[in-house]
Order: sequence, then C-alpha cells, then structure tokens
Amino acid sequence: MKEMDSLLIHGGRLVDPANGLDQEMDLLLRSDRVAAVAAPGKLRGQGTRAFNAKGCIVAPGFIDLHVHLREPGQAHKETIATGTAAAAAGGFTSVCTMPNTVPVNDSAEITRWVQSPERGALVNVFPIAAATIGSLGEKLTNFAALKRAGAVAVSDDGKPILDDKLMREALRAAARLKIPVVQHAEDTRLTSGCSMNFGPTSFRLGLHGMTNEAEANIVERDIALAGVTKGHVHVAHLSTREALQAVRAAKKAHLRMTCEVTPHHFTLVDANVGEFDTHYKMNPPLRSPADREALIEGILDGTIDAIATDHAPHAFHEKEVEFERAAFGITGLETALPLAITVLHQHFELPLWRIVELLSSNPAKIFNLGGRGTLAKGAHADVTIFDPRKKWTFDASQSYSKSKNTPFDGWTFSGKIVATIVGAKVAYEG
Amino acid sequence: MKPQLRSLLGIRQLTTGQIEDLLALARRMDLKRPPQLLRGKRLVLLFYEASTRTRASFEFAATALGAIATLITATSSSIEKGESLIDTGWTVASVGADAIVMRHPNSGAASLLARYVDVPIVNAGDGMHQHPSQALLDALTITDHKKKLKGLRVVVVGDVYHSRVARSNAELLSRFGVDIVFCGPPDFVPEVAATLAPGVTVCHDLNVALQRADVVMALRVQKERLVNKHLSVEDYIANYQITPLRMRLARPDAILLHPGPVIRGMELTSEVADGPQSCIREQVRNGVRTRMAILATVLGAAK
Repeated sequence: MKEMDSLLIHGGRLVDPANGLDQEMDLLLRSDRVAAVAAPGKLRGQGTRAFNAKGCIVAPGFIDLHVHLREPGQAHKETIATGTAAAAAGGFTSVCTMPNTVPVNDSAEITRWVQSPERGALVNVFPIAAATIGSLGEKLTNFAALKRAGAVAVSDDGKPILDDKLMREALRAAARLKIPVVQHAEDTRLTSGCSMNFGPTSFRLGLHGMTNEAEANIVERDIALAGVTKGHVHVAHLSTREALQAVRAAKKAHLRMTCEVTPHHFTLVDANVGEFDTHYKMNPPLRSPADREALIEGILDGTIDAIATDHAPHAFHEKEVEFERAAFGITGLETALPLAITVLHQHFELPLWRIVELLSSNPAKIFNLGGRGTLAKGAHADVTIFDPRKKWTFDASQSYSKSKNTPFDGWTFSGKIVATIVGAKVAYEG
Repeated sequence: MKPQLRSLLGIRQLTTGQIEDLLALARRMDLKRPPQLLRGKRLVLLFYEASTRTRASFEFAATALGAIATLITATSSSIEKGESLIDTGWTVASVGADAIVMRHPNSGAASLLARYVDVPIVNAGDGMHQHPSQALLDALTITDHKKKLKGLRVVVVGDVYHSRVARSNAELLSRFGVDIVFCGPPDFVPEVAATLAPGVTVCHDLNVALQRADVVMALRVQKERLVNKHLSVEDYIANYQITPLRMRLARPDAILLHPGPVIRGMELTSEVADGPQSCIREQVRNGVRTRMAILATVLGAAK
C-alpha cells in the first residue's frame, strides 16, 4: 500500500504562540493534520513531499476575522474563489466572511451556500451570519440554526445594532451558544452624510466628518450590555483612542470583550486622503495621528487582540466617482502581513511572535475555531510560511482579488508570504 | 519661468505669483472693449447645481473675449440618465470643448474631473470645498478699496462650515498676511475651522469679532441649515445679523462684501446691503473681469 500523502516542512523557524514555541523545528503534516513537530532533522525521510523553509518563519495559518467575499450577489466586486485566492496569497488559511451580501446572509441556507465546495474556495471560509433579519436591526435571526449551518459569529457589519434592547437580546442568545456578537461600532445617527474622519482634513476638503464619539458611544454601550449579559462582544475594526480606552477598561473588569484593528488604521491617517483620493475612503475612516498612535500602543500592550483586514473589494466604477459618492472600503488580504512587519515589527519593534499571535492564535480563540491557530500535534494542517526580511513591491494590478482598490499600490514592504498551506495542501507558493 | 496654470481647481493649487497675475490681469480687463483673446475657443459650462451670478458671469466673460459658451445642466442632459461625471467630462471634451467650467454639489468633483479629462477645468464651486473665482473677485474688490492686503482684518460671518466661499477666501487672503476671523454660532463655525490656514481664528461673538474690522464678509445663511442644527432663526438674527449698528463696530472705512445670493433680513438688513459701505454690486461686476482673466489664463491666451 502506498504511504499516506504527507508534507515535511523543514529548516524553518517555527513560531507557534499557542504552544509557546519560537525556535528552529521541523513540521510534518499528514492527511489534513499536524502529525509531528520535532527538532531539526529528526523527521528526516518522513513525508512524501518536502518543503525547505530555510530563513523563513513557519506559523499557524493566518485567520482573518473580517473579510467581504461579496458572494452571493456582488460577484462583480469579488467571488469566493477570487477572494480566497487573494487570502492564500496573503498567508490566510481561513477567512471569516461578513454577511452584508445580496441577499444578506441571515439564513442557514445562505450560510451553507457560502461554504459549499462549488464556490471554489482556496482556503477555509467561515461565515459570519447576520445578527438581525436582513441586517435591518429589527428582529434577531435564528442564531442556533445559523451556528448549526456553520456560522462562527453574528454581526450586522456595515451597520451597528443600535437598539439597546435588541443588542442585549443578541448578546444573551449568542452567549448561550458561545459565539461572539461582532459589532461595527458606529452611531449612524451621528454619521449620516459623512465620508471621512472629522478633523482639519475634512474641514479643508469640505467633507462631512465622522467624530470619534460616534464609535466610542456604541463601544461603551456594548461594554455595559456585555456586563449585564455575560455575552462576548467583539469590536470590529476599532479605530479611535476613546473606544480603545473603553475596551482596555472593560478587559480590566474581566468582561468578555475582544477587538480587532486593521492594517490601514495602524498605518495611515486621515490626512492621507490628500486631494479626495477614494482609495483612502473606508468605514471606519482613517483617523487622526493621535488615534493611530493609540492603536499602536494598544497593539503593543495587548489590548488589541487581532489584526483583521476588513478586505472590502469594489469595482473601479464604484471608486472612480465623486468622493462622497464612492464606496467605502479597500482590499487588504495581500498587504496585511507586510504592513504588520514593516510598520509594527520594523518601526515599532513588535516581536514577530506577537504578529503571528495577532494573525493566528488570537483570532482562532476569539471565534472558537478549534484546532486552528496552533501547530500542536492533531491540529488542522494550516500553515503560513513567510520570509520576514524579504523586500518586495506590491503591484495592485497583479492582485489575486477581483478588485484593485488599495492605497498600497506601489508600496515597498518587508515581509513576504512564501507558502500558504491549507489542510496540508499548498494553496499558494510565492 | 512661472508654472503655467492649466486648471483652476482651488486656491491651494495656486502659487502666490499665479494669484497676483490673475488679479493683475483682471484689473486690466476692459469691459467696454474686451480683447478678443478667445476667438474661436469653445467653452462648456457644466452646471450640476443652480447658479445665477457665477454662470452668467462666466458666460459673459467667455463671449466678451470672443469664445462660444455652451451650457449643460444636470436636468437637461445624459447626467439625468446616470452617466458618470468622468464619462460626461470625456464626452464634453471629445465634442471639442477647449475648457470646462464646472459647478457641482460634491466636494472634490473638479479635482476628479481634472484627473481624468484632458482639457483645462475651472472650478465654479464644488460642494463645501472651493469657489476660487469668487475668492479672486473678492480679493480684487478688497484691493479696489484698500491699499494693500497685508495686515487687514477680514471678518467672515455666517455659515462658514457649509461655505466654499469662506474656505477659498480664507486660503487666498491668508497668503497675503490677512487676519481672517470666522464668526458665527459654533455649529456653523467649529473650532477646527482655525486650522484651515495661517492667520485664521474663530470667534463666536460678533460684537467682538467686528472690532477693528477692515472688511466684513457676510455669508448666506439658509434657514433649513439652522433648523437642521436646531438653531432658532431669531437667535441667529439677534446674535449674528449684520445691522447698521453692528457695522459701526468695524473701522469707519470698512467695506461690506457678500457673495450672494443675499437673504435680506437673515444675514444682513437691507440698510446694510444697500448702504454706503456695501460693495455687493461691485463684486458682481468684478466677477466678470475676474472670470475673463481666469479663462484667458487657463486657455493660454493671457498676455
């Protein structure tokens, strides 16, 4: 009988924060699981295939808690196949896809459709289902049925759950099922007509600006409700110093609060909008330098749990219009790791193992993705291999995403994905 | 050699020298016997928003210099059918326009058009952002009455937040060492307005702001914007309306400007609008010569 297909990754530096490992180790993947982790050379001869990871970091597969794959209904922006190809190129072995599709993913049926093999996903896709029917903020969806169908969290992303009573109910229902409620924290009563952050740049450009208060108000309200319900609130794409401070205090009070930050929020500020460049238009908007500094401090001190991209592809015609009419959002899957390394590691001296933690083990914990975000024996064979020193220039026209709406076109980064392995199979090789 | 001005998008994009040249050219424009600098040139006025003064004065300016001006408005064109701004711009340029003068409700629309369309673009007002020809004609009017701009105190009163006129004026006057005071209720004059340019300050008390003012510039105040901000019309009038009594707080030789349209009884009284210090009609006349200078410059016909 032929030996079972297996892959030996050797010569690399294994960084596995969940197991406290950061040293040269070899890794054997067999079938779709981690079969062995051992000192260099110990596994020699094992594995039907071998991958030489010399000079590279071998990490648990990255998990993006926040992407928009746009299917069903908006395949002109992205498909699950193209979005997951971009994910693989960015080192993500799992992506959690938001429900603001057309129609909104508020049913078990759509939740299953998203995960169907027919979608042609190159990496694992975990749906986040809508918290309310049609994300209209009126009536909760059936969380239990959605979870059975594969949803890992609920959210009305793009819109907040404004109604206090409804949010309380959502947290109670989610707590019983041990899933988080992901909140897009924006008091939309304060932000209608706004297209960027409120500040000197928005005033100069004559654009209505979103205040920090609009984010912080909702985060503070949710913290109060998390205390009452014992539910888990996960704050999506946190962007203001006030909201960060609120989360920091909530964590001190041992509430179940987690939060993510995007690479663009820890890299850019509102002034980068320049002369109405819609590649810098997203929601939440790029904030002030003081907010960006606070976010970096929050990453360094551990208040921020995860880096998530909020990958939001849009077609050219949706971006090449008047700033106020342009769609919110940028792509992000292929630039997340390089930005983390270039900005956080090289400039702010965040250790590499922390970056791996923010991109893999912590996200797995937040959404309870068992057997992921770790390279322990028996874990899923999802592995990201990257070269932290390799310099390269990002060319958006070569992006795997269907859309090219990124402010990072032409940027030169340090840190490049070398291989992305999903279920022991190579999904991307750079 | 000075950089050639191709499009007039906003004050920020102009060098101080270019501003001075435009003002000097405007001053030289002979309205009775205008030079036929633009004979055979075709100008399209692309108006997505209502306008009386700006449209008419660009049209007069173009025809006075010998150009042909064609008006396209949002309601009488393919714009209504959902054509994008860039496509409309390409179409207009392909038809043979030598320059496009555009008024648009969205901030940044003129910059967008200029990025994609290969003819000179003149911004005739974009959202709350810029109205550069207005700032130039206001500067021309001020310099008709004051020896020099440096050291003047210009008080801009009203809804600064929504005003492209306020932004363009402050950015232009700041270049010449003018002290600009934005005055109005906090919802109309947020503190952040002071970051716009050097020399700009914010004051919420009109009686304080007007002291030693050389120029009082009233802005249009729309009733619905007061209502949206939960401000009462009576309170606005009581605190910020320019009255003859308030004009006396300014320097005796102070002049009064207003970009129009004037809402009499709201931002100022008729006594002030028609009073001896009012230069509102001069502004309109200066608008034509200023726009002649702008068109001649962007079309490369300025001498």
